[in-house]
Amino acid sequence: MRRFASAPLAIAGSLLLVSLFLNLVPGDPVELMLGEQAPSIDREALRRSVGLDRPWYGQLWLFLRELATGNLRSSLPPFQRKVLPQIWAALPNTLLLTFAAMAVAILIAIPLGVAAAARKGTAVDHAAMGVAVAGVALPRFWLGPMLIILFAIKLDCLPVSGADSPRNLVLPAVTLGTALAAFLSRMTRASMLDILREEYVTVSRAKGLGPFAVLWKHAFRNALVPIVTVLGLELGALLGGAIVTEKVFAWPGMGTLLLTGIEKRDYNLVRAVVLVFTLSYVGLNALTDAVYAAVDPRVRRR
Amino acid sequence: MNARGLRSARGRFGLGVALALLLLAAAGPLFAPSRPSAVDLAAELQPPSARHLLGTGENGLDVLTHVIYGARVSLWVSILVVILSATVGVFLGGIAGYGGGIFDETLMRVVDILLAFPGILLAIFITAVLGPSLRNVVFALAITGWTGYARLVRSQILSLRERDYVRAAQALGASHSRILARHLLPNAAGPLIVQATFGIPAAILAEASLSFLGLGVPPGTPSWGSLVDQGTQYLLIAPHVALFPGLAIAVTVLGFNFLGDAVRDAMDPKAVD
Repeated sequence: MRRFASAPLAIAGSLLLVSLFLNLVPGDPVELMLGEQAPSIDREALRRSVGLDRPWYGQLWLFLRELATGNLRSSLPPFQRKVLPQIWAALPNTLLLTFAAMAVAILIAIPLGVAAAARKGTAVDHAAMGVAVAGVALPRFWLGPMLIILFAIKLDCLPVSGADSPRNLVLPAVTLGTALAAFLSRMTRASMLDILREEYVTVSRAKGLGPFAVLWKHAFRNALVPIVTVLGLELGALLGGAIVTEKVFAWPGMGTLLLTGIEKRDYNLVRAVVLVFTLSYVGLNALTDAVYAAVDPRVRRR
Repeated sequence: MNARGLRSARGRFGLGVALALLLLAAAGPLFAPSRPSAVDLAAELQPPSARHLLGTGENGLDVLTHVIYGARVSLWVSILVVILSATVGVFLGGIAGYGGGIFDETLMRVVDILLAFPGILLAIFITAVLGPSLRNVVFALAITGWTGYARLVRSQILSLRERDYVRAAQALGASHSRILARHLLPNAAGPLIVQATFGIPAAILAEASLSFLGLGVPPGTPSWGSLVDQGTQYLLIAPHVALFPGLAIAVTVLGFNFLGDAVRDAMDPKAVD
C-alpha cells in the first residue's frame, strides 16, 4: 500500500523540516544561559560541548546517534537530563487522552447518528444534527474552560486539572472528543441513510425482522466502513488537538512537554517530541488500514 | 431540506455573520466603546455592566472593545491564509495535474510529508521557532494549507484534461498556459470556491488556537484566542473574560461553515441532503 511506502519518507522529511527550521531560530540557548556579556571563549566551549557549534545536519546526526543509543540528552542545562524518560512518562498520558476522546466521540456519535437516520426529517433528526453542527464550531480551548466552570466550579463534581485520578480524565476527554463526535454523527447519519435505501434492507424488513435487528444488525454493520475510515483520518487531528486540550487542563502529556520544550528552547526535546508525534500519526494511520481490512472483507482480498 | 443555497435559513445566517464580521473589521473603531490599549486599573475584572457591556479583564481592559478589535485579526489572518494557500496550491497543483511526470510525483510526495504531521503541530512548531507575529501565523498556516488546494486542483484537472473541448483547444494549437488558464482552471473553480469558503473558519480557529497557546499574535494585540487564554486564569472570579471571545469564535465559525454549505449547494445543482 502506498501509505506504508511513504511512511519512512514522511518520518525522514519531518526530521529534516524540523532541523531546518530550528536552524532559523534567532539566538541560541548558550547565549540565553550565559548572557551576552559572557566571554566568547566560554560560549564557544559550551557550544562545542553540546554540539551547537555544528551545522544543522551535524546537529541532526548527533541527535539521531544519541537517540539510537537511548542517550539523548536535553540541549539545555542540566545537560545530563535525558529526553527519552520524559517522553516515556508523557506519551501514555497523551495516548490515554486521545483514545478516551475517541471513545467519547463514538459513544455520542453512533447513537446520535443512527437515531437521526432512523427518524429522518423528524424533531429527533433536527435536534441531533443541530448538536452536531454546533459541536464542530466550539473551539477546544473555550469548551474546556466552560466545562471547568460548570462541572468543576459550579457543580464541584469533577477536578479542575491535573492527572491524579481517573476522574481527571473526564473533562479533557469530553473537550477533545466533542468536535469529532459532531463530525462523526453527521457521517454516521449520511452513511446509514445510504444503506437504508438498499434493497436488502427492504428485504429484511419484508421477511419480518424487527426494526432493531434491521437497523443494527443489517444496516449499521454495513454503514461502518466509511465511519471507521473517518475515525482513522481524524485520529491524527485528535493528536494535534490534544496539545491545546492538555494546556487547558494541565494534563502532563506530549503537548505539555512540547510547549515546555519550546519555551525553554530545548531543541533536542522539541525534535524528539515532534518525531514521536509523527511516528504516532503514521502508526495510527497504519492501524486504521488494518482495522479497515478487518471491517471490510473486500479490502482484505485485494 | 428543500430550501437550498444562499436562500436557506442557514445560508442567510452564514452570510449575515460574514457581513457582520467584515463590518466589524472595517469599522470596528467606530463601534468600540474604548481603545484596546485603554487601561483602567480601578475597574479590573468587573462583571458586565452598563459601562462595560461585556465586563472588563486584566488591567481593566474592556472585553467588548477587545472582541471587536479581535474580529479584525481573525478576518485578516484567515483571508491572507486562504489567498496565499489557494494561490500556491492552484499554481503547483495545476502544473502537476496538467504536466504530470516527475514534477507531479515529487509534489505529491512533498504533500504526503506535510500531511504526515497533525496540521496544528507544524503550525505550533513554526510559530514557536519564528516568534509570535501576524506574518508568521499566516506563513505557518499556509505552509500546510496549500496542500488541500493542490490536491483538489490536480484531481480536477486530471479529469478535465481528457475532455473533448480541451482536446479541441490543443488541436487548434492553443498554448499550455492558455489551456490551463482559459479552459481548465475556470471549470475547476467551483470546488475551489467551496474549499476556500471552508478555509476561512478553519484558519480563524487555527489562529485563535495559536494565540491561545501564546504563539499567535504578539502580546498586546487584541485577538479572540489570546483573550480566552487570559480569561482562563480568572475562571473563578471573572468567567466572562473567557466566555465572550469564545462565543464570538463559535458564532463566526458556525456562520462561515453554514456559508460554505450554502455555497456548495448553490454550486452543485445535483446536491441532495
